[in-house]
Amino acid sequence: MKATDISNPDYFHKVVDCQWACPAHTPVPEYIRLIAHGRYSDAYMINWKSNVFPGILGRTCDRPCEPACRRTRVEDETVVGKREPVAICRLKRVAADYKDDDIGAMMPKAPAKNGKRVACVGGGPASLTVARDLAVLGYEITIFDQDPKLGGFIRTQIPHFRLPESVIDEEVGFIVDIGNIEFKHKRIDSMKALLTEGYDAVFVGSGAPRGRELDVPGRQEAGANIHIGIDWLSSVSFGHITKVGKRVIVLGGGNTAMDCCRTARRLGGEDVKVIVRSGFEEMKASPWEKEDAIGEDIPILNFLVPKAVTHENGKITGVTFEKVKAEYDAKGRRNLVPTGEPDPHYPCDDVLVAIGQENSFPWIEADSGIEFDRWGLPKLSETTFASSHPQVFFGGDAAFGPKNIIWAAAHGHDAAISIHKTLQGEDASERPAPGMNIVSQKMGIHEWSYDNAPSDENRRKVPHRAKAEALKDIMAEVELGFDPDLAWKEAQRCLNCDVQTVFAANLCIECDACVDICPMDSISFVDNAEESLLRGTLMAPALNLTQDIYIADGLKTGRVMAKDEDVCLHCGLCAERCPTGAWDMRKYYVEMTQAEHACHKR
Amino acid sequence: MTYISKPKLHHPGLLKNAAGFTRRDYEGAVSTLCAGCGHDSISAAIIQACYELDILPHQVAKLSGIGCSSKAPTYFLGASHGFNTVHGRMPSVMTGANLANRDLIYMGVSGDGDSASIGLGQFAHVMRRGLNMVYIVMNNGVYGLTKGQFSATADKGSVSKKGLPNSDSSIDLVSMAILMGATFVGRSFSGDKRQLVPLIKAAVQHKGAAFIDVVSPCVAFNNHAGSTKSYDYVREHNDAVNFIDFIESRTEITTDYAAGTLQEVQQHDGSTLRLRKLNDAYDPCDKVTALNQIQKAEAAGEVITGLLYLDPLPKDLHENLNTVDTPLNALVEADLCPGQAALDKFNAGLR
Ligand SMILES: Cc1cc2nc3c(=O)[nH]c(=O)nc-3n(C[C@H](O)[C@H](O)[C@H](O)COP(=O)(O)OP(=O)(O)OC[C@H]3O[C@@H](n4cnc5c(N)ncnc54)[C@H](O)[C@@H]3O)c2cc1C
Ligand SMILES: Cc1ncc(C[n+]2csc(CCOP(=O)(O)OP(=O)(O)O)c2C)c(N)n1
Ligand code: SF4
Ligand code: SF4
Ligand code: SF4
Ligand SMILES: [Mg+2]
Repeated sequence: MKATDISNPDYFHKVVDCQWACPAHTPVPEYIRLIAHGRYSDAYMINWKSNVFPGILGRTCDRPCEPACRRTRVEDETVVGKREPVAICRLKRVAADYKDDDIGAMMPKAPAKNGKRVACVGGGPASLTVARDLAVLGYEITIFDQDPKLGGFIRTQIPHFRLPESVIDEEVGFIVDIGNIEFKHKRIDSMKALLTEGYDAVFVGSGAPRGRELDVPGRQEAGANIHIGIDWLSSVSFGHITKVGKRVIVLGGGNTAMDCCRTARRLGGEDVKVIVRSGFEEMKASPWEKEDAIGEDIPILNFLVPKAVTHENGKITGVTFEKVKAEYDAKGRRNLVPTGEPDPHYPCDDVLVAIGQENSFPWIEADSGIEFDRWGLPKLSETTFASSHPQVFFGGDAAFGPKNIIWAAAHGHDAAISIHKTLQGEDASERPAPGMNIVSQKMGIHEWSYDNAPSDENRRKVPHRAKAEALKDIMAEVELGFDPDLAWKEAQRCLNCDVQTVFAANLCIECDACVDICPMDSISFVDNAEESLLRGTLMAPALNLTQDIYIADGLKTGRVMAKDEDVCLHCGLCAERCPTGAWDMRKYYVEMTQAEHACHKR
Repeated sequence: MTYISKPKLHHPGLLKNAAGFTRRDYEGAVSTLCAGCGHDSISAAIIQACYELDILPHQVAKLSGIGCSSKAPTYFLGASHGFNTVHGRMPSVMTGANLANRDLIYMGVSGDGDSASIGLGQFAHVMRRGLNMVYIVMNNGVYGLTKGQFSATADKGSVSKKGLPNSDSSIDLVSMAILMGATFVGRSFSGDKRQLVPLIKAAVQHKGAAFIDVVSPCVAFNNHAGSTKSYDYVREHNDAVNFIDFIESRTEITTDYAAGTLQEVQQHDGSTLRLRKLNDAYDPCDKVTALNQIQKAEAAGEVITGLLYLDPLPKDLHENLNTVDTPLNALVEADLCPGQAALDKFNAGLR
């Protein structure tokens, strides 16, 4: 194998599994350490810079970081029962809950205007991120939304028992308070008209606002009691809907279905069921959302495909389903085939349809210069988010179909870079490299400036409001958040994966001290070979091909140092044991470059 | 040494041996030796060997004297019996323990100071007696614990850290052990576990006095230019005569060897020790030529390593003394005191 180029910022970034998995590449271990030290405002600002909505995301994020977390690979099941990631997401909320009241003073302010104007269509997280990143550069931003307040789906879809409106107000406020950002409560009906208004660039962050329809017999006849999930949730959010029937069937297995059923339980639904085509494991909803729904006495029934809505005298009576089972073809593709059993019928008073969301751009004219693909999505560059119109950029759910808030924020950052570069006359396809700050953690022979002893404690649970109380009040937040003590304990579980093991072959005397002490058998000195062979010759075979092997050559014996990054605990024992300092523990703080520093000439 | 103890977390693929233990189960307390000390690598090799041999930890007794090396047993086999004797007196305590309970595996761990200086007499006699044991000297050429004075194994002419040459002749423990009657004698290097681990395994299985001299650099006091026990010097002058490849009798030979490079030695229990020869002329079963070759290599400044001498049919102390098979400490009063009738019969025979 070739020696590893550790000067490539991606190499050690990838070792920080959570940060690498985060669409916005939030420096997770750094903020977790700050929380452990009680420096909540500093932890908040790190998040605010990377993901813009720490308080919102700390309650709602899809958290792709957590399944990636190293702890899910290194914990000892015989001790903890089940391997669990660090509660990265809920720790983020701790930063938001306990930050200083005057944190606004740490936020940037808009400089003098630079004379360029940018319009954002839609006021969701994607547009808000673009606005924030560009306002601090002097751009004048106008955000249009058909709804009366900024926030997009964060405000209109996510139920307040998961995300209190005050949190949205605060974090939207931090952005608007920068200055140079104007909100217009207005629906945009014509892209062509908008383009004539003299904006230098247009960002489309209009989301994926259409709920997929249920197409079965009885849909029309019983229509009064069949509601499209996302429309129903926004009506609940605006206070237009305050009641639902006692017996409710929710169709669909995603997070919208989970929000629908839990909302129904709070509006008078006593017998609420979620009924899903697929099996339980394949459902799109996150495991914790399913857990919360089941915890509120909502059964989830699987492998049932809706066949017809039954009704009497124009009033709904229930839904008939066909029972199916999963069969896999030779290529491993799943097919749902009828079992042949009798069709079950479930009586109900209301049906909530949450079987998917679609993009729709009725307001973008075919001859506006923006090309769409055959699925109705804009043709975009995946790196710059530029459309076929030189002034128009997309992001969030509007770009590649419905995703989530953190992806919307990540898209927003990238689109802002593209807009800034384009308007400064630079090539938007040249992307800025991330910033990297490297600091040795050595304080003394055995002392490190981070807590290097790995904790073997179980993941802490976030305390919940008592169920009876929670179900009574649709505004009552269910999760109460970690208190500082629980937060500290949970923070200690983080392995500090950004504190990297850095090896200097010229200092190594090949005494094996690091090999002998490493609790995870991560380090080997072996004869070099091609990767597939070498992986098998290590102290422990390196079977996880998604994790790199760190190779260093230049040793006296002609062997190479090969470190499997997979299950390293970042405990620093290798560096403590090394008599010559060939190993050092260095913190690699990798920070994505945002629009602010993306241009060469400014 | 380190301030945090070694985390209990381990590689998820860590396997259990036939005794139901992982390699980590054979570890001891976290080492307090200097970072990079060769002794720690030897401890790791002992751990690996015991794991591979499926040894039950409670069937091992580790004994040592005084020195950094003699501290090492604390850092492996944490679940085994241990005894830290006074300086240089480990062999007599081990002899006593072995006489009392012949069923345990005896592992003596000592230093070059502990064995070649203050304990030289005990060293010689335990080899002569053929105690069934593994005797490992972690040989760094200095008294590490007392800050690096030359020991009796330091080569004549080698230079101390302060720059003074050693004027005394050195004691070669390997030659001594062979002369004194040890039946398994090897030398290895702490930095070469591929050679050391199988050597320790074979020594444990040898039913007689097994001695291994392991050159083990002292990073604090004897790892400089001019030392003959440094990592660099040993790597440059290591003359390995053979590697132990297989010990079990029924393991198939899966690797192809050039003709004449494989030496098979039939052992007392019928198993075969297979040696991969690196030096065609070296025959470890021939004492006279072995000693000759060892002396030649020493004279040439080479550090000769491998299994240097083996008597495949050893006799141990218990066999020589014709003791009973039952460990002496397990004999009960009925075994030891046959009763009045037997005494009367015995006395009658003397009348
Ligand atoms: C029920 C539900 C629950 C969800 N829960 C979560 C969750 O817990 N965590 C998570 O990460 N994600 C969640 N999501 C997904 C998340 O809300 C979206 O992915 C995210 O808000 C997308 O952001 P965006 O900026 O692209 O657009 P959006 O937030 O959808 O904002 C688009 C805005 O544009 C407006 N708009 C559209 N067209 C026009 C127009 N022509 N003129 C003016 N305004 C227009 C819309 O009214 C809307 O306000 C959930 C989605 C739903 C439906
Ligand atoms: C009776 C007695 N004499 C002297 C000493 C001092 N002393 C302690 S360790 C040691 C030498 C140890 O050398 P070695 O066995 O080579 O061990 P190392 O530390 O080099 O591993 C000496 C002389 C002692 N502890 N007891
Ligand atoms: S242990 Fe900490 S740094 Fe490592 S992946 Fe998990 S949260 Fe991130
Ligand atoms: S930090 Fe070093 S000793 Fe600790 S697990 Fe990683 S490689 Fe092993
Ligand atoms: S002084 Fe020498 S022998 Fe003793 S622990 Fe340190 S390196 Fe090892
Ligand atoms: Mg010594």
